[in-house]
Parts: sequence; structure tokens; C-alpha cells
Amino acid sequence: MATAQNTNAASKQDTQQGFVYLPLIAGWLVPGAGHFLLRKWGRGALISVSIVAMFSLGIAMQGKIYGGASDILELLGLLGDLGNGLLYFVSRMLGLGADQVQVTTGDYGRAFIVVAGLLNVISAIDAHNIRTGRKS
Amino acid sequence: MFRPSHFTAVVLFAIFASVVFGITQRETPRKMVRYGLYCFVLFVGAAFLLSWIMFLIAR
Repeated sequence: MATAQNTNAASKQDTQQGFVYLPLIAGWLVPGAGHFLLRKWGRGALISVSIVAMFSLGIAMQGKIYGGASDILELLGLLGDLGNGLLYFVSRMLGLGADQVQVTTGDYGRAFIVVAGLLNVISAIDAHNIRTGRKS
Repeated sequence: MFRPSHFTAVVLFAIFASVVFGITQRETPRKMVRYGLYCFVLFVGAAFLLSWIMFLIAR
């Protein structure tokens, strides 16, 4: 009994070592990476597949990727897009997505890209909560 | 270029969003699955309901 408690305490202490915000930052930059760092392989894989698929479908639908913020709605879109982390920056560098919504599906695509970013932020915060022990 | 119908887009959106909601909002795997399914049904159900309401208003 005492040995089991010691083992649990030791493993908890192990997870408390290191930079506490690493899963949060890694999870933001690469979808699912925060959970992978915490050895939550299944959760990380599902999050990664969901967010990358959502972002990719948004691009495939010719969704707009926000590049600047000329008004408040553009700013909100840009903030949502930035939630995608490296996916956003790489897409901007490669010139993916549309500058303007020109087809009906482009509007769906824009929504997919923004929501993928917001879901990625939620996932990164979830990884941080696991890291700090607020969630198991 | 991928050109889904509006309904296909709703279903795809609901699947991915429900997976992430289920994982992030619940603690145990069983509760995650149940909450994910609950969110999926609400997403698609709300789309059906709103579609019918808009159809009846437009008539």
C-alpha cells in the first residue's frame, strides 16, 4: 500500500517537472502535440486528425485565410485562424486558401478554418489542464 | 476542389467538433464518447430544425 502511494507520488512529481507551459505551446503550434507530450496518445491522435482534417477540408473548399485586420470582423477571423498555429503560418507561406470568398463552398471553408483554430486552442488548454493536474 | 452539399458540410463539421468537445470537456473515456455523441446529435438536429423553420417561413 505504502509502495503504491510512493509510486503514485513519484510519477506525479515526474509530471510536475519541466516547463509547465510546454504542452500548451506545443498543442497550439501542432494540433494534438500537447497531449502527445503528456503520453495521452489516443486523445492526441483523435484531436490531431480532427483539427488537421477540418483545416485541410477548409482549404480544399477554397476557404479564405485571414491575413490582416481592417475591421473588427476581420480581426476576429484572424484570431480564429491564428489558433491553428503552424498550420496557419505554413498555409500563409505557401499561399493556400483564397484571398476572397468566391464560391459558395468558400464560405463553408472559411468557417471550417476558423473553427479548427478555435478547437485547437481548446485542445491546447485541455493539455495544459492535464499538465497542471486540474484534469486527469 | 472539394464542393460538398450544405448537409455534408454540416455533418463533417459536427463530427470533428464533437470529437474535440468530447475529449476536452469530459474526464473518462466513457463520458467522452457519450458527450461527443450528444454534441453530434445536437449539431445535426439543430441544423434539421432550423432548416425546417426556414423552409416554413419561406413558403
